Amino acid sequence: MAQILIKNLRKDFGDFTAVHASTFTVEDGEFFMLLGPSGCGKTTTLRMIAGLELPSSGEIHIGGKEVANLPASERDIAFVFQMFALYPHFNVRRNLSYPLISQGMKRSAVKARVLEVAKILGIESILNKPVGGLSGGDRQRVALGRAIVRDPQAFLMDEPLGALDAEFREHMAVELRALHERMNATTVYVTHDQLEAMQMGDKIVIMNEGLVEQFGTPQEVYNTPASLFVADFIGSPSMNLLPFSGSVEAGASKVDMGGVEFDMPVQREHCDGSMVLGIRPENISLTDASSYRSRVLATEYLGTSQIVTLETNHGAVKARVGSSFDVAVGDQTGLAFDAGAITLFNAQTGKALQSVLHEGVGT
Amino acid sequence: MSYSITEPSSRQKKVAGSLVILYAFITLVPLFWVFMTGFKTPPDSISYPPKILFTPSLEGYVNLFTTRTRVSPETLQQLPPPANFAEEIVRNRNMVIAGPSKYGERFLNSVIIGFGSTFLSIFLGTLAAYGFSRFKVPFKDDLLFFILSTRMMPPIAVAIPIFLMYRKLGLSDTHVGMILLYTAVNISLAVWLLKGFMDEIPLEYEEAALIDGYTRFQAFYKVVLPQAATGIASTAIFCLIFAWNEYAFAVLLTSGTAQTAPPFIPTIIGVGGLDWPAMAAGATIFLLPVLIFTVMLRKHLLRGITFGAVRK
Repeated sequence: MAQILIKNLRKDFGDFTAVHASTFTVEDGEFFMLLGPSGCGKTTTLRMIAGLELPSSGEIHIGGKEVANLPASERDIAFVFQMFALYPHFNVRRNLSYPLISQGMKRSAVKARVLEVAKILGIESILNKPVGGLSGGDRQRVALGRAIVRDPQAFLMDEPLGALDAEFREHMAVELRALHERMNATTVYVTHDQLEAMQMGDKIVIMNEGLVEQFGTPQEVYNTPASLFVADFIGSPSMNLLPFSGSVEAGASKVDMGGVEFDMPVQREHCDGSMVLGIRPENISLTDASSYRSRVLATEYLGTSQIVTLETNHGAVKARVGSSFDVAVGDQTGLAFDAGAITLFNAQTGKALQSVLHEGVGT
Repeated sequence: MSYSITEPSSRQKKVAGSLVILYAFITLVPLFWVFMTGFKTPPDSISYPPKILFTPSLEGYVNLFTTRTRVSPETLQQLPPPANFAEEIVRNRNMVIAGPSKYGERFLNSVIIGFGSTFLSIFLGTLAAYGFSRFKVPFKDDLLFFILSTRMMPPIAVAIPIFLMYRKLGLSDTHVGMILLYTAVNISLAVWLLKGFMDEIPLEYEEAALIDGYTRFQAFYKVVLPQAATGIASTAIFCLIFAWNEYAFAVLLTSGTAQTAPPFIPTIIGVGGLDWPAMAAGATIFLLPVLIFTVMLRKHLLRGITFGAVRK
């Protein structure tokens, strides 16, 4: 297993730039998520790491070796495709042994290794079946088996759960994570599902329109989004973004939003003009003690909690409150924000303003 | 009564079945007539009204494979008794076998040229189709159109230039010349048909093979080709049928060493009068290889015709 280092990676398709100068590091043994909406360049990035696309410029190091211009067959990585891409004319056993045969491994060793992997994945009973008749889950297991059988430098997965139905997805996600714990293999995993990314990843890179928006642990990207895009993309419901105009000095710990003042983390940056205040729904509480008034527009009951949509001077805001909290549509109420959970954004650049929260957080 | 939208009713099935039987009857009767004529004696074959019931004879087949000379009854008497059934049949007509006919050679020419050009068309067509399907080829669309355009005119339109060209190049009446010519005509069909099939094969299979440590060629050979087997089989049938049945170029460009069966069969008429049974025998034998080839590959052919209609 190995560390993967991506430096200024760029890919152009004619006039269109799919990936702009991406830079990030996947540490040895990490479960690394490439997250973003469709068309953001995450799959292109993964395919460049795999060697299925050649980068226009930039460097890719796998285990200390520069591989940007090597063919896929010489990179010693395994790839799990969204549509599985099992060899349709082979049975399960031959699918699993195919990557080993290419390395010139002895027949007896191939057999033993295939059996070992089949045991790990619990697919010994279907080894002699053709892949055509397998269920989605079994195909997925065979695809994973084909990846792990060779013991490669890294696993690359392109939305491997995307083709499964919702119920089974959950199950496979847990299985996949357990497999990762067991193998401790460097894994790069592409997904557009932020819940999947948060649930499974050690680190997440969030990409948008070919740019890396943020790079960090699930906690970091959730608690301290580096940009408006990340704030909006991560979390369900996403972060409340309240636009206002004003001025914030470095060192300030209060923000004036046209009449109301909120406590916030100590700022490290100065900003003038239009800004956005970001606050997660669970960091908002409904209290009459607050002078920031609002009216309840809707409530959604979710069992363990409820989402309350409120109308404020700065637009609609969603708050997550306990399901036993008594609230009805039309109620007037005050809103209080957790001072430590506020992030300010510069509305022009879309970037978060640095505060004490961001110390030690990579972007 | 309940009925299904997708399942035809029994009346619809009966009508459809009758139409198919009628069509099969119309197409099969001439074939059957040719087959029967091959086993008639020459007088039976031209009798009027035509005979449906007759005593089968192998005279047509014997005449097809032999050349004969007429001899006087006296000479015939002095000959030793016939060595085999063929001699016996021939002597009944006051003739003796002078030697083998050229049919065997011509048939072999057809086999060499037909299968040779089919193999070459498929070999080149598969590689070209794969290239067009998978790689960035400069002027791809123009090239594909150019290839297709060779199909737009009837091949015979270029017969005279080809005739002159072949004469200059010394390719007239050679196996290589005919193989090249039929390949040139068939390759556009092969490239287009096969490109369609290749396009349908998901890229991921090859990518998986590339990542599993195989080279591009190995991936093509071991993963793509088996997937394309259906397409290759049906394309091969189309190519073979064309090359096998081709008449106009064969008449024009071959006369001896490389003459195929189609231009040879009619010349039987000229040998010793209208020998219909021999011609019919020649046609029957000529039909067999394509028939066998098509029956062998018919599963693929059927799948090929409906290919891409339903996403698997």
